[in-house]
Amino acid sequence: MKLGRDIDLPFSVALAAAVAIALVLAAAFAPLLSPFDPTDIATYNLADSELPPRWTLDGDPRFLLGTDNQGRDLYSAILYGARVSIGIGAASVLTAALFGITLGLVAGYFGGAIDAAIMRVGDVIMSFPTILLALLVAGLARGLIPQASSAAWTPVILIAAIAIHEWVQYARTVRAATMVETAKDYVKAARVIGLPPTRIMLRHILPNVMGPVLVIATINLAAAVLTEATLSFLGVGMPPTYPSLGTLIRIGNEFVFSGIWWIATFPALALIVLVLAVNVVGDWLRDRFNPKLRGRE
Amino acid sequence: MAGLLLSRLLQAALVMIAVTAVAFAMFRFVGDPVRAMAREDSTPQERAELAQALGLDQPVPVQYARFVGRVARGDFGISYRNQRPVTTLIAERLPATLELVFAATLLALGLGIPLGVMCAIRPDGAAARLVQSISLIGISTPTFVTGIALILFFAVTLRWLPSFGRGDIVDLGFWTTGYLTGSGLRSLVLPSITLALYQLTLIMRLVRSEMIDALSSDYIRFARARGLPKSRIHYVLALRNALMPVITVTGLQIGSLVAFAIVTETVFQWPGMGLLFIQAVSFVDIPVMAAYLMFVGALFVVLNTAVDLVYAIVDPRLRKAKG
Repeated sequence: MKLGRDIDLPFSVALAAAVAIALVLAAAFAPLLSPFDPTDIATYNLADSELPPRWTLDGDPRFLLGTDNQGRDLYSAILYGARVSIGIGAASVLTAALFGITLGLVAGYFGGAIDAAIMRVGDVIMSFPTILLALLVAGLARGLIPQASSAAWTPVILIAAIAIHEWVQYARTVRAATMVETAKDYVKAARVIGLPPTRIMLRHILPNVMGPVLVIATINLAAAVLTEATLSFLGVGMPPTYPSLGTLIRIGNEFVFSGIWWIATFPALALIVLVLAVNVVGDWLRDRFNPKLRGRE
Repeated sequence: MAGLLLSRLLQAALVMIAVTAVAFAMFRFVGDPVRAMAREDSTPQERAELAQALGLDQPVPVQYARFVGRVARGDFGISYRNQRPVTTLIAERLPATLELVFAATLLALGLGIPLGVMCAIRPDGAAARLVQSISLIGISTPTFVTGIALILFFAVTLRWLPSFGRGDIVDLGFWTTGYLTGSGLRSLVLPSITLALYQLTLIMRLVRSEMIDALSSDYIRFARARGLPKSRIHYVLALRNALMPVITVTGLQIGSLVAFAIVTETVFQWPGMGLLFIQAVSFVDIPVMAAYLMFVGALFVVLNTAVDLVYAIVDPRLRKAKG
């Protein structure tokens, strides 16, 4: 589908976008698509535990992708798990974007000491890898909030743990763009007629700096889903009763040595396909919005 | 040069102050250090004595100053979980992590640079396209999934390589090494591949884009016009310039490798610092978490500063502009 590279979607990007949308829809409508409710412990039957996928020799026709160690239908668990993964990923991207855009606007518009303070904090945060900071936040939350490992609190902690690192990217981008916009005549004019700074920032500058923010958000969605999966895999994320894809892989990892490969493999495949699809779209968006690359090739 | 050095050192000091402050706040305000360290059946008086011994009755700034003093002497306190000095715990685990990171870095550079060059020289060749597609999958695959896949294939199915631990290690007194025994080296294979993979794709993509930039620049066009041999143009003239950012990224990535080792070490039960840290997180063992944070913080600061300075030495333009 190379119909003039400038405008049209390459086939791989179109395919990736379709896959990503399909996965998000499947996750959103998980209760309608899955034969069992994996969050309802009453539906588990230990007699059905560790059954291989349907097409294998010992497969059970009820369970398409087999069952986990508690007799939970893996196909349903993956659909619900994708729901948890995407939900937490999207929420942390929104949280990070909200904080990052606000701080970036303030830093870029006012400059001076506020700007320096925000950006230095950001520099210190960025000098640590996401996963380390996220683990630290998750660990500290367990010390500070006694119910931190409960299913109700964990998503909140995970979202905070991921967003605490990611906001810096938005802040840096928005700050740079805001500084450029602030110097332009329309902002000067808005100032002269005495509009309040919040109104200038939100109504006049913000719409002009949103382009790059959307690109970062797409790429960050993939990264956030991966970080959540890693935290859950390491045992500080979602509990086995409300598994995300990472939790399912963690459960499966304990059975890999006994030759029970499906519990880890299918959630892992779902995770990779999801992240890959979002990454392909994100890469394409980044290249399209990057003025340095425009006009090349 | 002196100005650059000074500003870099100042920045490094600022970051370290921030990191130690966070570590101190963790120790002081998360959970109750007295309850964590006292015996179950201790009397209120014993607890008060312990609080005094820990200096918890002093004003917070004094406590922070003492904390920094202890850290500077290498005293990171006692682990809540197994009642041993944190410094000893880290010293025991450090060689395992550093050997793993070193092997992974060698692997990432040794494969990443040639593959990147290959993709840049023939960007539309079949091999380059294949490598590019695989690299996108590599970036999208989480480290722990790669590790599990390698274990499933090479350890469980083929039974070629061990899947956990360091194998036989040689104790050199101050250092334990797995590099000197056959089983130690075999144990290193799967974890180091797992850890290196993400770095490898990163370096490869970086070398590729830098090489493409370098190859389309004027000095390469002149070199071609002069009829210099292709190998000299590619590997000497273009690659040297393309490798500049690779220095930065590799330097900075060694720090992230130490952090990413947390995941690899968990998958392979590699007895390094990452495994220590993740156990500390699950048990809310604050002294170990704080010490790990400070260690990685210091490592990042040293690497960042070193990379900046090396850059200034390698690139004369920077020296003139800032010195």
